[in-house]
Amino acid sequence: MKVKEKIIELILKLCASITIFTTIGIIAVLLFESISFFRNVSIFEFLTDTQWTPLFSEKHFGILALVSGTFLTSAIAIAVALPIGLTIAIYLNMYSPKGFRKTLKPFLEILAAIPTVVYGFFALSVVTPFLQTIYPDLETFNSLSAGIVMGIMIIPFISSLSEDALYAVPKSLKLAAFGMGSTRFQTAFKVMVPAASSGIIVSIILAISRAIGETMIVAIAAGQQAQFTLNPTIPIQTITSYIVQVSSGDAPQGSLEYKTIFAAGLTLFLFTFTLNSISFWIKKKYQEKYE
Amino acid sequence: MNNLKKNRYKDQAFKALGVLFTFFGILILAILIYNILRVGFTRINWDFLTGLPSRKPEQAGIYTAIIGTLDLMLLTIIFAIPIGVGAGIYLEEYSKKSRLSSLLEINISNLAGVPSIIYGLLGLGIFVRYFNFGGSILSGSLTLSLLILPIIIVATREAIKAVPPSLKEASFALGASKWQTIRSVVLPSSFGGITTGIILSLSRAIGETAPLIVVGAMAYVPFVPHSLFDTFSVLPMQIFNWTTRPQQGFAVAASAAIIILLLITFVMNGIAVYFRNKWQKKLQ
Repeated sequence: MKVKEKIIELILKLCASITIFTTIGIIAVLLFESISFFRNVSIFEFLTDTQWTPLFSEKHFGILALVSGTFLTSAIAIAVALPIGLTIAIYLNMYSPKGFRKTLKPFLEILAAIPTVVYGFFALSVVTPFLQTIYPDLETFNSLSAGIVMGIMIIPFISSLSEDALYAVPKSLKLAAFGMGSTRFQTAFKVMVPAASSGIIVSIILAISRAIGETMIVAIAAGQQAQFTLNPTIPIQTITSYIVQVSSGDAPQGSLEYKTIFAAGLTLFLFTFTLNSISFWIKKKYQEKYE
Repeated sequence: MNNLKKNRYKDQAFKALGVLFTFFGILILAILIYNILRVGFTRINWDFLTGLPSRKPEQAGIYTAIIGTLDLMLLTIIFAIPIGVGAGIYLEEYSKKSRLSSLLEINISNLAGVPSIIYGLLGLGIFVRYFNFGGSILSGSLTLSLLILPIIIVATREAIKAVPPSLKEASFALGASKWQTIRSVVLPSSFGGITTGIILSLSRAIGETAPLIVVGAMAYVPFVPHSLFDTFSVLPMQIFNWTTRPQQGFAVAASAAIIILLLITFVMNGIAVYFRNKWQKKLQ
């Protein structure tokens, strides 16, 4: 009896430790191939060159060209998702009639459940042609359309997490503000949003991290030309869509092209890891504030 | 009084904005679905569902992609569910407030935020190259399993947390051991919550494209996989491939395949919501 219990506990512990091995595996794989990449390419060139052309005959390895594309699409996505998501969160929390919130939230969450390849197709076949009717110079592949659609995908992240944060603010604060004669608008922006700020910031950071790592929308709709630019109307390439481009072809193992996707992946991992750690730290630090 | 009026005005204006934005999200969803149905609906027929991929868009079908998706999901279920649920049980019921448990916790929350394409690189480095499984359905399902593990673990923990302690204490008082209590009290009463989490994680896995591209899923697979080591295609992969072709015929085929993929995703999410509601009622 005792032995059986011990064995079961050990098996369960093994299951849990697989998550640790996953992290170690990720770091080991990324580092191993990246170190071998940096034997051929200097870190200085990697960080300062503004051209990224590993697949051309004249090779450049400037990650900045991919980072700028990643930054551009993510910034557009956040510019769309933040005002809309936050407004929805405040509306659902402060204004919407009872019951409305419960029916509406699942609808918004469908937006997050749609596979990203579908969003990519939507961006390329619907949003880009629509934007071209307004701005005819927009190219077929561009970061504007991809960024906007990515922003729409991220809306439920921000609205849902921010709404949870607003919901967690003690009711007494809200009632006190109303008692002082504040309107809902004043209560929302002078009391509720500041009180829920840590949760809202966490939702924004997670949304940024999500946007940086998003792959299929940009791979389909933003093009495959690594350019060091902030022009949203021309084709660009993000870190993620570069990895897709190389993986779709057949780069032989051990070749320099094969190693570039790990160096690019390591860069991406460092970005998202930093953002996730910051959000985790904020969550831990402020979670007991109202308990 | 002027100030009061201004404040009321602002209040109403923001309310209007809130309604507008909320319906904006739903409007976009409607436009997306309408467009895909308009382009793709008439393309769906028996030949499309049972046809092999083809260079001619009018003849292309999704048979191998659908079977590939089903096989991949089946394997992912086999790998991910026991490990994910097991890890969830361990973290909630066994691990004490130790350094290991807080390390596990931080680690899982971090893994949940790792972009899916990084999991693809992990799969490429470990399963495809190191274990030499190649770009096979085995490599693909192992990679997806690692990807959805954090979701299953978190869902399992939440579900176990929601079980009233009185139930467990009653079981212990009757002389049941820890594992007996977990098996016959904790798991049955958290079943609904765990199932919800599993279905949601699978609906996420079914739409994943990026990690499978990195691991080596093919867009053109003219046969159904027969063994774990065969190459494979999946529905999102097929859609991705068709969207990158210039011919209009492939855009139609992609729309049709998207209808099937969305149908599967929505049905799975619907089932998950149904389970969640039923389970939450039962718990109360």
